[in-house]
Formats: sequence, structure tokens, C-alpha cells
Amino acid sequence: MAFIPHTGDDIAQMLDVIGVRTIDDLFDEIPAELRAGALGLPPAMGEMEVGRLLTARAAIDGRPSNFIGAGAYEHHIPAPVWAIATRGEFYSAYTPYQAEASQGTLQLIYEYQSMICALTGMEVSNASLYDGASALAEACLMAVRANRASNSRRILLPRAVNPTYGKVARTIAGNQEIVFETVDFDRSSGRTLLESVESRGHEDITALVIQQPNFFGCLEEVDALTDWAHRHKILVIAVVNPISLALLKPPGQWGGSVDGRQGADIVCGEGQPLGVPLSAGGPYFGFMATRMQYVRQMPGRIVGRTLDTEGRPGFSLTLQAREQHIRRSKATSNICTNQGLMVTAATIYLSLLGAEGLARVAQASLQRTADLVEALTRIEGVSAAFSAPRFHEAVLLLDRPAAPLLAALARRGILGGLDLAERYPELGNTLLVCATETKLGADIDAYAAALAEIMNPARAAA
Amino acid sequence: MTELGMTELKAREPLIFELSKPGRHAGTQFPPAAAGSAEIPAHLRRATPPVLPAVSELQAVRHYTRLSQMNFSIDTHFYPLGSCTMKYNPKACNTYAMLPEFLGLHPLGPEPQGFLACMYELQEMLREITGMQGVSLTPMAGAQGEFAGVAMIRAYHRARNDLQRTEIIVPQAAHGTNPATAAMCGCSVREIPCDANGDVDIDALKSAVGPATAAIMLTNPSTLGVFEHKIAEVARIVHEAGGLLYYDGANLNAILGKVRPGDMGFDVIHMNLHKTFSTPHGGGGPGSGAVGVGARLLPFLPIPIVGKDGVGKDGAGKDAARYRWLTERDLPQSIGRLSGFMGNAGVNLRAYVYMRLLGREGMVRVAEFAALNANYLLRRLQAAGFEAAYPNRRASHEFIITLKRENRLYQITAMDVAKRLLDYGFHAPTTYFPLLVPECLLIEPTETEAKEDLDRFCDAMIMIRREMEEDPEKLTSAPHTMPVRRLDDVRAAKQLDLAWKPAA
Repeated sequence: MAFIPHTGDDIAQMLDVIGVRTIDDLFDEIPAELRAGALGLPPAMGEMEVGRLLTARAAIDGRPSNFIGAGAYEHHIPAPVWAIATRGEFYSAYTPYQAEASQGTLQLIYEYQSMICALTGMEVSNASLYDGASALAEACLMAVRANRASNSRRILLPRAVNPTYGKVARTIAGNQEIVFETVDFDRSSGRTLLESVESRGHEDITALVIQQPNFFGCLEEVDALTDWAHRHKILVIAVVNPISLALLKPPGQWGGSVDGRQGADIVCGEGQPLGVPLSAGGPYFGFMATRMQYVRQMPGRIVGRTLDTEGRPGFSLTLQAREQHIRRSKATSNICTNQGLMVTAATIYLSLLGAEGLARVAQASLQRTADLVEALTRIEGVSAAFSAPRFHEAVLLLDRPAAPLLAALARRGILGGLDLAERYPELGNTLLVCATETKLGADIDAYAAALAEIMNPARAAA
Repeated sequence: MTELGMTELKAREPLIFELSKPGRHAGTQFPPAAAGSAEIPAHLRRATPPVLPAVSELQAVRHYTRLSQMNFSIDTHFYPLGSCTMKYNPKACNTYAMLPEFLGLHPLGPEPQGFLACMYELQEMLREITGMQGVSLTPMAGAQGEFAGVAMIRAYHRARNDLQRTEIIVPQAAHGTNPATAAMCGCSVREIPCDANGDVDIDALKSAVGPATAAIMLTNPSTLGVFEHKIAEVARIVHEAGGLLYYDGANLNAILGKVRPGDMGFDVIHMNLHKTFSTPHGGGGPGSGAVGVGARLLPFLPIPIVGKDGVGKDGAGKDAARYRWLTERDLPQSIGRLSGFMGNAGVNLRAYVYMRLLGREGMVRVAEFAALNANYLLRRLQAAGFEAAYPNRRASHEFIITLKRENRLYQITAMDVAKRLLDYGFHAPTTYFPLLVPECLLIEPTETEAKEDLDRFCDAMIMIRREMEEDPEKLTSAPHTMPVRRLDDVRAAKQLDLAWKPAA
């Protein structure tokens, strides 16, 4: 009986204690006319049969060579990460409400919060949110609570920010009368146009979102954007890639000091690159960090270090007065969970890589993408779309639509990138490509050779 | 040196930062260096490296393994945390969801037919179990499923130009997420009382509904652990007033295969796949909060959803079905996207494996044995002198014990009993929820616990009862055997220490 341990004797004894004749009698409070008939579900399977079914389904999907990024990045995941994260003591525990029996999870989250603060250059981090996109939505709601100088609930959202993040922010924050206004990007550099925001300094704006690197992989002029925002009492929400922070200036240090304030005010992003598999889009985790001054406006779980009755250090959930189970309709968010298991993986990942390993992963990704762009732009009909310096993604301009090329590459076992035609039709035929440290020279050569052959078959044959 | 042995877990495990030494690293995890001159422009570069751990691979493995050993979990302990459905998470679910092909799927790659076939079938199975018309798997947790549900309700009223419907009715005993979600959706909340038997107060409901009613949010069985008798009447009153019915699926485990929310008259439901369908709780997530809807809300489902084009076999005898993500184009009235990609896909895959293992026979047994275990434990605890909050009612899959008498007699709190249970090797039940029952323990044993484990739990409760009378200090100072003693939460909130920092 699947996972039910009861024997016939057990059942008889238990029914006797309860004082009913059959198990079905336990449902006698459900009105008879509402009772369900037999369910139209497939019959039970044993583990071996399920294993065969899933293995066959997985084989259909195969293991192509992947050059897509666009918010989800393929990195090597050290073997210890999931060997430990799937230990039952982490995997099958719940939110650490009973702190004394959950010190493992709590200390790990405290270590995680410390690592996120170190990476972002911020003072406090929460225990994580669902994913990068929903973290931005929560950051926008938080900015409205935190920026008391603004009453407009207007958020500037550059078009160079991942367009799906904008959609999610509109879904989640839209019912609270928050208005998102776009800021254009420079067609030649691929960077957000500072000039297009500069004229708006006199308006009441709550926050400016800056994604670094932006959706095109371009590096934004974060210092100038941050200083402009702070001069006009606009909060800065940074959306960052955690791997890139091994090399890039942390958001906590963006810009100079304006009225005693330096750096982004709220930092969030997608945590997936830190040891979490691509897995068809989830589960991932969103991270969020901020200044101590805004900690009570931050949504989500937070772990603090305290003392026990004998004066020994220990860890517990803290600042719960912000949360739904205490504050109900006045809570900072309706969120209950963090993405605990993903945070476990990320914390182990960061411990294994350290600052040096993370910098090597970031540097290798930067170099492999530079190599990929160089190899692909040697093909006739392919050029780099933007001039700004980049991290590990690039937009390529093509002399024909990307979709048929991507389909042809997929038939050769190569995922060649993301077609941007729907997201940015004004750019013409463009392709967003990414190479991380997992792509070696031979992988890049194979991609370039396949694309050359597909685009220029006569020349490739000659 | 002091002797430690197996008691060493009571000794503090240092922070990973305190194990670090500059220059130490897990070298095999470094990628091969890539030759070339690519670099970040100086003004965008980081000046000093982040302070991260610098440890060997073994040090990291040992540290996190030791931390894991400081946790209670389902795999190690009975975990009767009410409202959370802490049942066994079958290992097969994890093993087959972590096949390398599935883990390697980029969410923006070509639509993966093997994976999507599983997701499509999962949608269909959830639809059947709940009696709804359509399902979206995209919400990433129960609270996000709730958000999607209320956002759909708002979109429905808006589409009918019924703009004044912004009030959500919730019973007093509702989960805190219900009012918090209503607020996130820009709605106001109206609470109504329950009667002495734990049912919704029908007169209060009748006077609460009106032209401003957007919906009522209900959990059934309720958070009080009892089935809402008058659900059909509640549905009629709310529908006649122009409102919709929202089903909080927190307690779906209690009724699987016995009664379907769609048949009870609900218009929308969120399910907690991490409860009812046994995906891992992971120390607090990831969850998955699939939503199901009736006909009225179908156009508003959050995207993406898995669609299936073509049926039967093609000319060559191959399966002609083709699965694809339905997007804005297919569902122009959708409330939109809730996640960067397609929700917690890997969690959904674990739920799929679980449901295939159980099949139609196993699914019905879930509710049956969850109810058997709960009612057995309730009777045994009553016999041992504990007071049920709703003694005239059948327990569903969980039940409430109130310690208000013990509190009066011995000045013992529910918290004290919870902490003492840890010493006896049991995770504590949910305490102080629902808020309207004083000094309560909400106990949910789940169907996967054996009678012997329930009996051992009763023995511990009987022992604790004796300690209340003979040695109450044992309780008030519990726990005694955990890695730490009771923690100072006031200090934690007042002297905030939220991150380790290197000594200056």
C-alpha cells in the first residue's frame, strides 16, 4: 500500500479505540451528496515502473550543448552540493519554527545571509525569496514602503532589464497601484540611456531599477545612474548576477556619496547560478539585501544570532512582526517560505568555491563569451549588436531571422541562444548568446562551425 | 580536550567563516583557466574580493553534514506539525526528478516533450482530484497560489465591470496568508466568526455579503481541524451575493478522493504540492502552489500552462501529441506571469512521480489513513486526560488539543510542552495556531506514520503530563537535550545580528 504502514491488526485496533466500525465512518461529517465517486486517475505504479517511465521521458529531451542564458545560467555544480543538500535532515525538514531542533538550517541561513552581504556589499540579507523575477516585484513593493520622500508609487524600469522580470513585477505589484515607466536604451551601446532619465529629475519618482549586467549582457554605467537617482531622492533597486559580483563592483559601492548615501538601496537577483541546476526553470531562489535602515520593510524570513538561556550563541527566525502569521493584512508580504533547499545548495556552493573560485568561474565565463562572440562574428552575416563592455552574454545581429537557424542548430544538438525578435522587434534579427565556464574551446568551435555551415552552406563546403 | 562522543552535537559548530584560512581552497572545483585578455573595465571592477569562506572540500562537507545533524526532519523524527502535512517524501521522487536530462533543461530552450508530457499529465491529475476545469502549475508556493487565486477573482469582477467588489471575507481562524494575500491584491478584509462547533457562523456570513463582496476564502476541513458542514449553504449565500469561493488547499490531504472542492462549489483552489503531494519542505521551501479553477475563471489562469496539440497517432503510428507552453497569446486575459520562467518545475516533477506511485487507489488511502491516524491519536490523548478543542467533532487529518486547564493548574504553556517534546525525540506540533484557541497544539500525524510511532508519541505526552504535576520546571526550562537551550528571541530582535563580519 504505497507508503501506508498499517497492518490489518493495526487498523482493527485503531478503529476500536476510536469507536467506529470502518475507516469510511470517519468521513461521516461530509454530506453524502458531496462525496466523490471513483477518481479518473491512472493505476498505481511501482518504483521500478515509474523509474522506467521517467528515464524514457528524460531521454526524449536529451542533453544538448547549451548557449542560452537570459536569466538562467549553466555552471558546473560541485558534487558535494546536492549530495549534502538532499540529506534527509535538510531535504525533509520544515521552516525552522522550533529553533532548538533546527539549528542546522538556521545556522546555514545565517551563513548564507553573511555571504549575500559580502557579495553585494550590503548590510542585511533575507533568507531568500522565490526567484529573481518575483524578488524584483517584492523589491518594488518594498521601495514604495521605504521611500517616504515619494508619494507617487512610480518606478522607472529600463527596457534593458529582463523583460520577463517587468511582466512579473506588473503581475505581482500591479494590484497595488504601482506604476512602471520604461526608460529606453542606447541602440549602439546597449546601455540604459542616462540622458532619457536626466530630464525627469523634477518628477516624483519612487525608485529606479538598474540591472547589472543588463539583459543584453552589457555593463551599465551604474555609478552615474545611482548618483542621479540619489540626487533626486529616488531609491536604487539593483538587479545583479551573483557570479558576476566576484569581479564587478558590488551594488553597495555604486556611485559616490550623495547626502551621506552611497550604493544601491535594495539589491536583488536570481540566485540560480550558485549551484542550482537549470531544471526547466525552477526551483531557483531570489536573493534580497538592503541597508540596515530598511530591514523592517524587507519581506521574507530573516535569521538572527542570539543567545540561549545559558548564554551560548544560537540562531532563530527574527523580526517576525513583519510577517503574515503575525501581522496578517498589514504584513510586508504574504510570503511564508524561503527557498530553503536552494539556499542550502547555494551556501555549500559558495563555501566550496570561495572568493577565488568564484572569481575564476566569472573570469572564465567572461573569456568564453568573448571567444564565442569572436568565433561567431567571423561568420558572414553575424555581427555584435552592441559596443558596451559585457560580462558573459552578448547580442548578435544576424542578416536573417534567428528562429530557423536555432531550429537547425537544435537538430544538431546545439541550443544556439535566445531569439529576441518578440521581445525587441525594433532591433531586427538578433540573438542573445551566453557561454559560461562550462563551454570549452571545442564546444565553441563546434557551435561556430555548425552555424557557419547552416548560414553559408556553399562556403563551408568549399 | 574534553570527551565528546555522540554528545558533541551539543558543542557549538563554528561558523564556516571561522574555519576559513586565507589561501586554502577546494581546488578541484576551479574551472580550467581560459586563455585570453577579456576583462572588466577598471571603473566597473570590484576593488577587494568578497569575504567568502576559504576551506577545503572536506571541511565544507563535514561542516554542512554536521549542521544537518542538528535538524529534526521527517527522515529522522515524527513531525506532527499541524497544517503542514509532514509526511514521508519518497526518495524516488527526488531521484527521478534529478535525472541529468531534466536538470539540464534550459527553460528557454525548445519545448521539451518528455518533461512537458509529465507536466501535462500532472495538470490533468490535479484537475481530476479537485474537480476543477483547468490547472496552472506556475505559482511557486502556497502563498503565491493564493495570490494568483485572488488576482483571478479581481480580474473576473473587473472583466464584468463589477468594480466595487474588493472585499474578501475570511473566517477568524484563517491562515495569516489569507488576509495578507487579500491586501497584496488591493482588497480589504472582513473577518467573520465561527460558531462553537467550529463552523462558519451563517448569520454573520449573511450579514457580511453584499455588493462589495469579491469572494470568501475558506479552508475545508478548516484550520480548526473539522469539516465545514454547511459548505453547500455557504457556497449558495456567497454566489447569490455575486461573490466567488476560494479554497485554501492547505488541508487537501484530509479529503483526497473523498470530496472534491469543485463539487463543493468552489471557483478556485490553490494546492500545496509540498504538503498533499509530498514534495520536500526543504527547511522552508521550495514549495509549489498550483491553482485550479472552475469555468468562470479559466480565461484568467496565470501563465505559462502546458497545452497539448494533436491527439492519437500520426500516419507513421507515432504519438501525434505535441506539448507546448501556453502564453499571453493563448490566454490574453491571463493575470500574467508570476515567475521568471515556469514556476518550480522540478518540484512539480517530484509531485508527478508521487502521484504516479500512488495512482487512483493510493490517492484515496491518503485521506483515509490520515484520518485514521488523527482520530486514533485524538482518542488516545483524550483518554490520557488532554482536552480536545472540539470534542463533539470528528477529527479530519488533524486536531486541536487545548492546554488552558493545565495552564491554569500548573502555569504550563503550550510552548513548554512543545519544547519538552523535543527532548523526547518528537518534533513539536504547531503551537498557538489557530489564534482563537488558547494554549493550543495543532497535531497532524499524517498517513505515513505507523501505529507504534503514534503510541510512542502518546507515551511521551503522558510522561509530560506527569512532569507537569511532579516537576514542572522540567517543562519550563526545556529543551534540555538539543544543541542549544531555549533562545532569547527578544534579544534576537533588539540586538540585530544578521550577518557575520570579519573582525576589523
